[in-house]
Amino acid sequence: MRRYFARKLLTYFLTFFVAVTLDWGIPRLMPGDPIAGLLAKFQLQPSSYAALHSSYTKAFNLGEPLWRQYLDFWWALLHGSLGTSIYAYPDPVTTVIEHAVVFTLALLLPATILSYLAGNKVGAIAARRKVLDNTVLPFSYMLTATPYQWLALLLAFVLAGVAHVFPISGGFSYALVPTLSWAFLWSLLAHWFLPFATLFLVGFGGWAIGMRNLIIYELDADYAHFLESLGAPRRLVRKYAYKNARLPQLTGLALSLGTIVGGAVVTEIVFNYPGIGWLVLQAISSEDYFLLQGIFLFIIVGVLLANFVVDVVYLLVDPRTRIGLQGGTR
Amino acid sequence: MSTDTTTSTDTTTAPRHELVYFALRNRKLVIGLSIVGFLAIVAIVAPLFARSNPNAFVGPPMQPPSSSYLLGTTYFGQDVYSQLVNGLRQSFLVGVMGGGIAFVVATAVGFTAGYRGGAVDEVLNMLTNVLLVIPTLALLIIIGGYLKGTSIVFEAVFVGATAWPWAARAIRAQTLSLASRDFVGLARLSGVRSWRIVVGEVAPNMSSYLFLTFILLFGNAILISASYDFLGFGPPNGVSLGNMMNLAFAWNALQLHVWWWFVPPGIAIMAIVGGLYVTNVGLDEVFNPKLRSVS
Amino acid sequence: MSLDVQHLVVAYRTLRGDVRAVDDVSFSVADGEIMGLAGESGCGKSTLGNSLVRLDGRMRVLAGRVLLDGTELPLSDWDAMDEFRFKKISLVPQYSMSALNPTRRIGKMISEVVRSRKIRYKDVLPELERRLRLVGLPTDVLAKYPIELSGGMNQRVVMVLTTLLDPSLLVADEVTSALDVSTQRAVGELLVELRDLGIVTSTIMITHDLSILVQVADSVMVMYAGKVVERAPTATIVDAPRHPYTKLLIASLPEVGVRYAEHVLTGIPGHPPSLLDPPTGCRFADRCPFASAECAVEPPLVELESGHLVACWKAS
Repeated sequence: MRRYFARKLLTYFLTFFVAVTLDWGIPRLMPGDPIAGLLAKFQLQPSSYAALHSSYTKAFNLGEPLWRQYLDFWWALLHGSLGTSIYAYPDPVTTVIEHAVVFTLALLLPATILSYLAGNKVGAIAARRKVLDNTVLPFSYMLTATPYQWLALLLAFVLAGVAHVFPISGGFSYALVPTLSWAFLWSLLAHWFLPFATLFLVGFGGWAIGMRNLIIYELDADYAHFLESLGAPRRLVRKYAYKNARLPQLTGLALSLGTIVGGAVVTEIVFNYPGIGWLVLQAISSEDYFLLQGIFLFIIVGVLLANFVVDVVYLLVDPRTRIGLQGGTR
Repeated sequence: MSTDTTTSTDTTTAPRHELVYFALRNRKLVIGLSIVGFLAIVAIVAPLFARSNPNAFVGPPMQPPSSSYLLGTTYFGQDVYSQLVNGLRQSFLVGVMGGGIAFVVATAVGFTAGYRGGAVDEVLNMLTNVLLVIPTLALLIIIGGYLKGTSIVFEAVFVGATAWPWAARAIRAQTLSLASRDFVGLARLSGVRSWRIVVGEVAPNMSSYLFLTFILLFGNAILISASYDFLGFGPPNGVSLGNMMNLAFAWNALQLHVWWWFVPPGIAIMAIVGGLYVTNVGLDEVFNPKLRSVS
Repeated sequence: MSLDVQHLVVAYRTLRGDVRAVDDVSFSVADGEIMGLAGESGCGKSTLGNSLVRLDGRMRVLAGRVLLDGTELPLSDWDAMDEFRFKKISLVPQYSMSALNPTRRIGKMISEVVRSRKIRYKDVLPELERRLRLVGLPTDVLAKYPIELSGGMNQRVVMVLTTLLDPSLLVADEVTSALDVSTQRAVGELLVELRDLGIVTSTIMITHDLSILVQVADSVMVMYAGKVVERAPTATIVDAPRHPYTKLLIASLPEVGVRYAEHVLTGIPGHPPSLLDPPTGCRFADRCPFASAECAVEPPLVELESGHLVACWKAS
């Protein structure tokens, strides 16, 4: 077990290292002068432009040799600082991101977990009955082939734009001020529902298909045949098949995290939902590179953490990993 | 989201005609290929007959579908149908190129890691795992955010360069199991050079698997590029399915009820990618007899 | 009581037609008998043995009856067969080393299987533990996962489990194939002991290895290309085989103490016919050194002397 975790942690640290380097490096490799872009927003006299340019360059550390900048970046990072945002000047990047993360997590966590659980259950049932299989399967394929942003647009249009059942944008009603009142909570929920539904539906399709295929595969395994030759009822064989199929499905979850995050980003944009994804758009349009970089790192760390959690769960669920690594008698 | 079926390389080396026989009878394969094929033909042929410049202002803005404008017009008065078929073409191109690049990288990495083993495998494995964890879109955002408005080729290269890790892992696993077989050991002993063995002995035995992997990468590339374009990173003035949705959203198609602007591109993507997935499953059933029935 | 197979035909449905892996086979096994079922790969012995317990996806029983202890086995009716499986007839599969669910503790799995057959686990547990000790396994095996045991130990657990309810008939499919010689002997002796203790009434032991049958089986049935070619007590098969195929099989076995500097160890050249389109007439004819014109007509299985059946024109 120690070796299992050591390996995983090494990968994660390396990933983090690579991500930070990429994050720091890419903007600096790009053509153009970020300070010039920044200053373009202010209407400046040529004389003050030069002075401001040099002071900003100093402030953002851009005059130093590259290796120094790189180390300084790490230093600041380890002290929990991601710089100052331009879009929400003078707020530090971390503060801006923090406000958005809550909204995104409120979306991602329930959507991912619920779609995973529901998809697994339905996929398992579809593997049993041909009738269900013929309806669930094509529907699930359609869902998983749907681009997130399109489903978001569709739901927004039909349920909000036309039917006015749900609000079309925002995290909460623009008329309200955040308070701990029922009205506010209700507003939060109403605005949350459509983005949640988008993430849920697309995810659901993928999990249902995955589980169905895995179970069919398991039903043809040696232990399944053996149980059948012992006259075990179908439900016992299916129960074992389901439990065993959950393992590769869990691995699949870890692999899909990147896609899910991507989906959350575009969905939030469509609904103007004030999460990380929406923040990305603001950062891009305000050319706030520090915010963009900060968001990137945040996403990476989040995904790494989630991967780690899945690894732990996998270890708990699969006795082979636990025992095999402790040295079985083979 | 695993639509990837667990295939083993234990496919019987059935004679060609038997494969074709099964292929023609597999409903999923036929339906999937028909959809994709039809759309591919549309992508190739239709732009030649539609209005030459999809970005041209041809009529009154925000017209619903009618006999003069098959799919209506955009906020600016451009022909949605023309944009759709041109966008289809662009999306197909990026999908094939991006998928192709990802495929080449994945096979190179996967074969090398699986066949060579040892330190090379460890390093490549670590590299693959690292890139696997980084969310594709995050990487694309950070690149696209700086390189605003890139060309199709650049876009395809980015997409391809970020989409290969899962495929490399899968190919590596298959290569590992094949490389331990006797016929490979025999080839090694006869002094055949490594790359020759990989190309001549290993690859043909997983040809079905490689084909399936390419299909998935193709579909994946289309989805990723749609997101990429939706974020506004695509070529400026370019017409792609993702970009149509981007512009539609940016210009308030939702509030203005200009649904004919954003619904068709999404349906097109869903059709292509869905068709590819279904084709993938059908092909898997053809190659792997065990999967041919449910219960 | 006994097993009585009458004109059994089991085929695999393929696109090109039915492959009759078991083509009109009749035989019987008496109480307390261990019958060896031998033949080369593809002769139908595994299909025969497995068809008595569990029909694989593509297998079909096309004709014939099977009677176990006087009751007809509803081979094609899956749910009806469940009544017989595990209780009256049991199978030790060819893949027994991987037959146990890898993610379940062995004891838990056994208790779940037993309970699903409407038997109280508590009632069988003492006997289960006794049998485990009988095969040389510690009872704490029940708390372990299959991955913690060696392949041989897994196989022994499977053998204990399949015989737990004292079946009338045990079908052992290639149980000695993947083992070293001394373990082969141990498994063979175990089968005999199970019979001697009355745990298993009759046994069919499927193998391509005649030498183990010589040690263990009371009688041997040799199959070729889906048909029975000879059936006799073991001693007769070894010392006085009448069918040319059996003779060649025996002759190709290496003997202890004999040096092969003078004779070259021969096999049987050629290979069995396709079962998709089998030849009319004797199926062994094209490999048989004694074949002649009369072999163009298929020889019936006749009883030459008591308990000795042969299907060959040359034998009678």
